[in-house]
Amino acid sequence: MLKYFLLNLLLAFVWVALTGQLNYSNFIFGSVAGFFILWMLTRRSNMAEKEYFYRVPKILVFILYFLYDMMEANLRVAIDVMTPNFHTTPGIIKYQLDAKTDFEITMLTNIIALTPGTMVMDIADDKSYVYIHTMYLKDKKKFVKNMKERTETKLLEILR
Amino acid sequence: MIDIFIMILCTVGAIFVLIASIGIVRMPDFYTRLSITIKAATLGIGCILAGAAIHFSEFSTTTKVLAIIFFLFITSPVAAFLIARTAYITGIKLWDKSVVDELQDRYDNNNNIPNKGCKEDEE
Repeated sequence: MLKYFLLNLLLAFVWVALTGQLNYSNFIFGSVAGFFILWMLTRRSNMAEKEYFYRVPKILVFILYFLYDMMEANLRVAIDVMTPNFHTTPGIIKYQLDAKTDFEITMLTNIIALTPGTMVMDIADDKSYVYIHTMYLKDKKKFVKNMKERTETKLLEILR
Repeated sequence: MIDIFIMILCTVGAIFVLIASIGIVRMPDFYTRLSITIKAATLGIGCILAGAAIHFSEFSTTTKVLAIIFFLFITSPVAAFLIARTAYITGIKLWDKSVVDELQDRYDNNNNIPNKGCKEDEE
């Protein structure tokens, strides 16, 4: 995993050195080319070796998906602020965590906080629950299920 | 073409910051205000900075912009979390029309909001 990441970085720098232009588009092109070269070279190895090549697209998809979610929720909040009536039904919800380590919980907390309308209020002492303040609470079970499926499982897939 | 793109980015960023400041005035209680301010302002500043990076299109400027956006996205949720937690512990009340408050079991906040879910009981 780490080995292939470093090799990919090395190939990108080789590309930048050979073309002699240090800018972002050239660097990104070098890393994409290196990624595909490494992928072709490892096509006969076992699944554990090839994990890197499945994880990188997943991370990219997750980032795009997160940005889309963030824009959509921001627009909803914006409409709510600009129109005369409030549609908010705020509430604080206890949410059971699947994330175990401190790093996973921190990442999950950051992502929850950056999605508008939701915000983490407190973490239980044994790190098994977080308390989430949300602005649009219609159905508690649906909210918890949504949070679990759309955010947490996807994040843990990437981090583990 | 690039000019139009920069204009769109900067305008969207400014609108988000404006919405955040209107939200501070209009929202009913402290927690919803905080909730709106943190995100809309972060996204707005991100958009304006991205516009600046495209406008200058230099390596050093883009690097600085990326660093600023990265640290903004890392630090502002932590600040929001600490402010919200402190506010709850020191006893700032939720809006009367809040639906559910399950944090009541941990800290005594004296607000009269049921700590069991609304839809859960109907089933």
